[in-house]
Amino acid sequence: MTKYTFTEKKDTRSGFGDGLTELGRSNPNVVALCADLVGSLKMADFIKENPDRFVQIGIAEANMMGIAAGMTISGKIPFTGTFANFSTGRVYDQIRQSIAYSHKNVKICASHAGLTLGEDGATHQILEDVGMMKMLPNMTVINPCDYNQTKAATIAIADYEGPVYLRFGRPKWPIFTDPDQKFEIGKALKLVEGADVTIFATGHMVWKAIEAEQILREKEGINAEIINIHTIKPLDEAAILESLAKTGCCVSAEEHQMAGGLGESIAGTLVRNKLYPLEMVAVNDSFGESGDPEKLLDKYGLGTQNIVDAAKKAVSRK
Amino acid sequence: MSSIDKDKLTTTCSQVRRDIVRMVHAVQSGHPGGSLGCTEYFVSMYFHHLNYSLPFTMEGKGEDLFFLSNGHISPVWYSVLARAGFFEVSELSTFRKLESRLQGHPATEEGLPGIRIASGSLGQGLSVAIGAALAKKLDGDDSLVYVLMGDGEQQEGQVWEAALFAASNKVDNLIATIDYNGQQIDGSTEDVNSLGDLAAKYEAFGWSVIKCDGNDLDNLNAAIDSAKSMCGKGKPVLNLMTTSMGKGVDFMEGTHKWHGAAPNDEQLASALNQLEETLGDY
Repeated sequence: MTKYTFTEKKDTRSGFGDGLTELGRSNPNVVALCADLVGSLKMADFIKENPDRFVQIGIAEANMMGIAAGMTISGKIPFTGTFANFSTGRVYDQIRQSIAYSHKNVKICASHAGLTLGEDGATHQILEDVGMMKMLPNMTVINPCDYNQTKAATIAIADYEGPVYLRFGRPKWPIFTDPDQKFEIGKALKLVEGADVTIFATGHMVWKAIEAEQILREKEGINAEIINIHTIKPLDEAAILESLAKTGCCVSAEEHQMAGGLGESIAGTLVRNKLYPLEMVAVNDSFGESGDPEKLLDKYGLGTQNIVDAAKKAVSRK
Repeated sequence: MSSIDKDKLTTTCSQVRRDIVRMVHAVQSGHPGGSLGCTEYFVSMYFHHLNYSLPFTMEGKGEDLFFLSNGHISPVWYSVLARAGFFEVSELSTFRKLESRLQGHPATEEGLPGIRIASGSLGQGLSVAIGAALAKKLDGDDSLVYVLMGDGEQQEGQVWEAALFAASNKVDNLIATIDYNGQQIDGSTEDVNSLGDLAAKYEAFGWSVIKCDGNDLDNLNAAIDSAKSMCGKGKPVLNLMTTSMGKGVDFMEGTHKWHGAAPNDEQLASALNQLEETLGDY
């Protein structure tokens, strides 16, 4: 069995920034736009190397989405950078009409998603973005789990023709995936093989699932399978159903509202195909608050122990 | 002003106006008022000013690009695109019907030649045009980008985000036109939410501003020529184009009541009596 450890922590937003820098060197059509958050989005290296291919929009996110849509028309591949809150809810109609409905090849790159934004509090901790974006026809929704995967995803989406929502975060987080991985959009990744319960995790919660798996195995005698759902839409339904045919029950884990999140997407898959017990680890219909990221995860039911408890409950419902 | 075939523009305008009222009448829905008011503008653009080639390509490399931000006046755009050869004139009969490429508001989903982005939800077109203009600069393509907006649409905040950006970034390969008819759905713009002095506002934002009468072919075409000559000088250009909503059909003219209302059979007959069939009805 693969054992996941880490020697270094890094923020996933740096994975985005470094991926963008590589794209600047490899793909002349890539352009970057930012709404006054260059430092937060780690875009400085791209800007330094490609000043002509960067557009500083200022604090005007709706205008940024429209300009990005307009730039695609001649074949440019715009990557927009701002916080997840301002990348989605603030500009939903612009994305809906000018990007998704218009089939525009814009990559909406959203940092500081979820509770782990931390101290800035609930105004910025968006927990509804995945739901909003997955509802849009033509939109692909990606939420990678660590620095390496975010970098690989950033590079991969430039080669995909169509609008993409790429969600990542602020905190330093364990790096545990392969630095040389090839990112395949829509392909769920089995990280740990197990027989008793499947944990479908996305984003930062994949590491929490790895921590939970160890506790479940060592203290509860439960062998959990972990599947990294880095692409929430399109959802890898075949991988989900294949794992459940073996384990018979599952847990979803995400830094998002229960409503509209990964858990609901999985629930839909199960209802349409074959029913299995599903426990959802997600924020339950509340806003967040200021605080330390790890403590926030615990307070809002997204800690390692919450996944352990959810897995035990799922197993008991089989 | 380059040589202009005013007779051709005049006859085309008459036919386009017939198309508009017939299209809207056929499905008893759509927006005739703004469409009729902007007929001279669209005809002048597609039959004289815009540099484009057919068949249509999305990229439009080396061509002028046109965007319609106030997408509800789709009837005039569809008619002019068809009359200019972007697609068959007979397709105008599918307007707003199931399986049509001529959606109520313009869209790219069905691949209608001439349309580069969906519009209808107001306030977005200026941003899109700026993006296209920036890309042209990146590509060293010195053709121009045009966008038409409504005047009521100026009440949307995104327009002013875009206006600020365009001046700040010297987007000088862009000509924005405002259809200044003073009417919106709920009444006059003055009563609903006064726009104040739009020319002064854009000038204060750093734009070059010209004004014209959008229903006078000579005045309008001179203004568009003038706008073109102002490009490349470090400022975006605004053409504040006064029009009369419903122009060309006496009972529709100058009132917001025909913004989004369709004529009945009797009204259609009256309208068609006022508009000569010059190029053959679809």
